[in-house]
Amino acid sequence: MLDLPEYSSLGAALRAALERWPNEICLIEADRERENCRLTYRQFKEKALPLARTLQDAGLGAGTRAAIIMTNQSKWLISAYAIFYGGGVLVPLDYKLTAREHLQLLAHSKAEFLVVEYHLWRAITQDSSFASLQTKTVIVTEAPANAELCGAKRWEEFRSEREPAFVERQRGDWACIVYSSGTGGRPKGCVMTHENYLEQCQSLASLFPFWPGVRYLSILPTNHAIDFMIGFIGPFICGATVVHLRTLRPEFIREAFTRYHITYITVVPMILKNLERGLRDRFAALPPKKRKVLDRLIGTNRALTRGRPRLWISRLLLRSVHQAFGGELRAMFVGGAFTEPATLQFLYDLGVPVGNGYGLTEAGTVITVNDFKPFRADTVGKALPGTEVRIVNPGEDGVGEVAARGKTIMSHYLDDPEMTAATIVDGWLMTGDLGKLDAGGHLHLLGRKKNMIVTEGGKNVYPEDIENAFDSLNVKEFCVFAANFIWPQRTMTGEQLVFVARVDDAAKDANDLCFQIVERNRQLPDFKRIGGYLLWTRDFPRTASMKIKREALAEEIRAETDRSAMILL
Amino acid sequence: MPSLQEVTDEVLQLAAGHFKVPRAELAPGDDFFKKLGIDSLQALALLSRIENHFHIELPDYELQGVTDFRTLAARIHARL
Repeated sequence: MLDLPEYSSLGAALRAALERWPNEICLIEADRERENCRLTYRQFKEKALPLARTLQDAGLGAGTRAAIIMTNQSKWLISAYAIFYGGGVLVPLDYKLTAREHLQLLAHSKAEFLVVEYHLWRAITQDSSFASLQTKTVIVTEAPANAELCGAKRWEEFRSEREPAFVERQRGDWACIVYSSGTGGRPKGCVMTHENYLEQCQSLASLFPFWPGVRYLSILPTNHAIDFMIGFIGPFICGATVVHLRTLRPEFIREAFTRYHITYITVVPMILKNLERGLRDRFAALPPKKRKVLDRLIGTNRALTRGRPRLWISRLLLRSVHQAFGGELRAMFVGGAFTEPATLQFLYDLGVPVGNGYGLTEAGTVITVNDFKPFRADTVGKALPGTEVRIVNPGEDGVGEVAARGKTIMSHYLDDPEMTAATIVDGWLMTGDLGKLDAGGHLHLLGRKKNMIVTEGGKNVYPEDIENAFDSLNVKEFCVFAANFIWPQRTMTGEQLVFVARVDDAAKDANDLCFQIVERNRQLPDFKRIGGYLLWTRDFPRTASMKIKREALAEEIRAETDRSAMILL
Repeated sequence: MPSLQEVTDEVLQLAAGHFKVPRAELAPGDDFFKKLGIDSLQALALLSRIENHFHIELPDYELQGVTDFRTLAARIHARL
């Protein structure tokens, strides 16, 4: 891998990688069973530099903000490199947001450039607030020949053969603005510096080094902190190969493992759970004799890998399982939400170690990761080298808020000093998660202090962001909470949102209101839906400016009720 | 070639059959995520079924942001 302390920016490190491994395969992009492209590091450079030049000609320079809205594909990484090459600040936006949300975040980030896939751009241009778009240069990929582009340029033609100028950036300069939430409410644009990423990458690569020949299957969105680091920056600085699929249908993902002999992949807990379920079903369907043999082999593998993973033994003992994964898989990573220890242990016993990370976008991706030597499924592991973790105000049981400090912690929230001050206190990032450290320094996560939930699909959902779905409901006032915020629980799974409705008479209003809430709830995307509601007959406490005092209200509810008061939907 | 109306009807029929809901409850303008209460993985399974039925390929990336039956049917119709 590159010696990262030598470099002052992501652009400089990536540029060095392209020079260091010119003939290694850098990217493979496949659409179902067809391979769209396969680029060496040299070819990647040849694709990116003409784009960098044209971006510069259009005004991109040091500190210019440029957004990308694309699904995972080669042009995402090529465009990002071209932006870094010209000294730009990358704003990676979630392609799964709605067109309206894209427009909101483009406005909030003040992005002057936008690189976007044609179908996403078409949706943006059809939104009623499209006229408000301030982004001056839009570059659209894969647009059909006669498509109306509403002033945008074609990515494939947006190139110049003149040499671009590499723009130096310092470690403290902004590299990216990454939105961790806030589409419905207050946008949280995490300003990440080059230092944040270079330090994070250095730490992760010291624990999980990649090398030329490693093939990383990138299926989590590249705009997300995890894939940006582990599916782009990490592989590049090690000369490895990133494999992109243009489809996320499970049958093609399975096929990609064997076709491309995948070495590493990162998934969210939901996918890991589906995988576990599928394997358990297959094992259960085996004839009793074969099942017995398999159980013995798993038992032997478990005994032989107790101290550390021994891939060659696992592959030998459990050949058919490993062949289904392509035969070259060394480990999986999981992040974005809490993973059940039983799932991690099940896969480890099959010889598939899972690196279980805990992190936040605000922390530059990962804060802790579990150990492989010996494998620990019961914790999210120790702090990464260079990162400190402490428990703030621990109770008698040692549980308190997890705080992290180090060079990977974001600079601040864009244009929001108030939220920054509440989140980074004396240099410590207050995570809002509850946990404790054991004697060995392993972190155990035990709940959440902040009013939010995280789904198994890795989606952060803030109650405030969904309240507008219940506007004009026939109640005096209402508020949405994470149920665990009102009634704390020592768990990070099965989290629910609860709708609290202020009514005059709980008994009288119940039936009609339930019907209305169910109707409104259906209008929300599945991961944002509330799990239950609570009828409350006293006025909500409010501030002088009439904002609901959420913590005070939660306290009042907690004092008078327990979780059973919530009527489940 | 079938008309857009016919394609829309067939899509609604397929969705109703796949998720076991009465056909009469589904309308072309419905958001299929909301109406059927499905997640993105379940939607992908429906797409695979639709592809087999119409003998076409619908790229996932082309369907980003498509949430209602009518628009989905229009995308299918354009590929027939």
